[in-house]
Amino acid sequence: MISSITDIRKDFPILSRTVKGHPLVYFDNAATTQKPQSVIDALVHYYTQNNANVHRGIHSLAEEATADFEATRDTVQHFIHAAHREEIIYTKGTSESINLVAYTWGRQNLKAGDEIIISGMEHHSNIVPWQIVAETAGAKIKVIPITDSGELDMDSFKKLLNERTKLVAVNQVSNAMGTVNPVEEIIKLAHDHGAIVLIDGAQSTMHLDIDVQQMDCDFFAFSSHKVLGPTGMGILYGKKSILDAMPVFNGGGEMIKEVSFEKTTFNELPYKFEAGTPNIADAIALKPALDYITTIGKENIRQHEDALLSYATTRLKEIDGLKIIGDNQHKVSVASFVIEGVHPQDVGILLDNKGIAVRTGHHCAEPLMNRFCIPGTIRASFALYNTKEEIDCMMDALKRAVKVLR
Amino acid sequence: MNHSIAATEAEIVEEFSLFDSWDDKYEYIIDLGKKLAPLPEAFKKDENKVRGCQSTVWLVANFEDGKVFYQAESDAIIVKGLISMLIRVLSGHTPDEILNAEMDFINKIGMTSHLAQTRSNGLLAMVKQMKHYALAFKSLKFEV
Repeated sequence: MISSITDIRKDFPILSRTVKGHPLVYFDNAATTQKPQSVIDALVHYYTQNNANVHRGIHSLAEEATADFEATRDTVQHFIHAAHREEIIYTKGTSESINLVAYTWGRQNLKAGDEIIISGMEHHSNIVPWQIVAETAGAKIKVIPITDSGELDMDSFKKLLNERTKLVAVNQVSNAMGTVNPVEEIIKLAHDHGAIVLIDGAQSTMHLDIDVQQMDCDFFAFSSHKVLGPTGMGILYGKKSILDAMPVFNGGGEMIKEVSFEKTTFNELPYKFEAGTPNIADAIALKPALDYITTIGKENIRQHEDALLSYATTRLKEIDGLKIIGDNQHKVSVASFVIEGVHPQDVGILLDNKGIAVRTGHHCAEPLMNRFCIPGTIRASFALYNTKEEIDCMMDALKRAVKVLR
Repeated sequence: MNHSIAATEAEIVEEFSLFDSWDDKYEYIIDLGKKLAPLPEAFKKDENKVRGCQSTVWLVANFEDGKVFYQAESDAIIVKGLISMLIRVLSGHTPDEILNAEMDFINKIGMTSHLAQTRSNGLLAMVKQMKHYALAFKSLKFEV
């Protein structure tokens, strides 16, 4: 990378702490990334200098807070290459973004007999909202099968598409395996059948270049906390024409134009979907997070993470009976594996005992675990601030754990 | 069983005080897990599951001569080791003794983190389930 890894690590204060007497090795980045000092500073700055409600006040604090709050929208727009700033809706996170689409677009457009296509590697967040609206509407959920190497079976997908398909909702990157899905092809095929497409970008936005116009997705959802920003903040991108036609989501302040007891008219985009006082501080602090990524450069981040993933994958194979789940060539940042004769939870506890944070369990993707007939995996997910030395450290702990557990 | 629950708890605390490192504590728990008598397959059914997120725990209890006897197993070995200690402390006591058990040995041996709500089949869920059984047997006793 252009910036040295030592410099990058200095920007993330948490990386200098110890856990159980060992230097922290943080490999749970697919769950949430750590935050650079600039993000922490932005939160402190808002609460110490600008705390005020946005959009309404005439005083200086409110104006400054509003300017910072709206600046994030411009940054997000450029970060994902949206055509218009009002296509960027603030939400609580990816889950709420998907629920928003399900409860507004879904309720308005889904009818009995319609079909929604999701994939066998979706996070529960991209399964459950569709089940809820499908049940109400009498629509059906169809699932794209997963191959043994943890990729989408595209031939089956093509067969699932038909004139009843109204929506395709898939992730761009699998949280449980790191597999990168061919979303542009999926979107084109879905559009050819008149369906609209939602892309769950929770796991991809940190790693891949996102261009929603080139991708041509109708909706794109991601979370701030997985792109170095604060928790409790997320984004829903939607094409303007579609968002305009959608009914409102939550009712309340901010989302209205005029209210009387007889009739309420609703605000313009994006505010018609942003009821109530928003999550101001976290929205403001998303901007320095995205700025940080842009400054380092996604290409540089990817190169670094790819090197880590390839090194980890090679070294993991030193362990007898270890199997990578999602053993394919189209992956970013995630090594997910099981070890014969050893329960993932036991490994997680013993690695934690050495200060190493990995994720164990089903990763909120139970259908995928069932597909591979496993209760869960051990997942190490890497970020721009991780090092090969940390992988060596994990390998030592892993080998020791396997030895005592078997 | 002659030992009171408190005495067994004290015994375990004493045993753990001999370990210098966390590695040794975990190796001991893993060893207990490996030694725990397996639960007959017939008991490994849904109704005996202690609900959890990461590993599966099956727990069954019998009531004999006014005392509760537990058997349990898990697919994860550390959990199994922890279960083994719980059984050692609680099994063979009356429902009242079990319901009044403080179980503070868990804190004293430094396993507090396993009590966290997030590890829902950590010790907390198991202790709760074991006490539920005791309560059920107690009400059964009064009905007779």
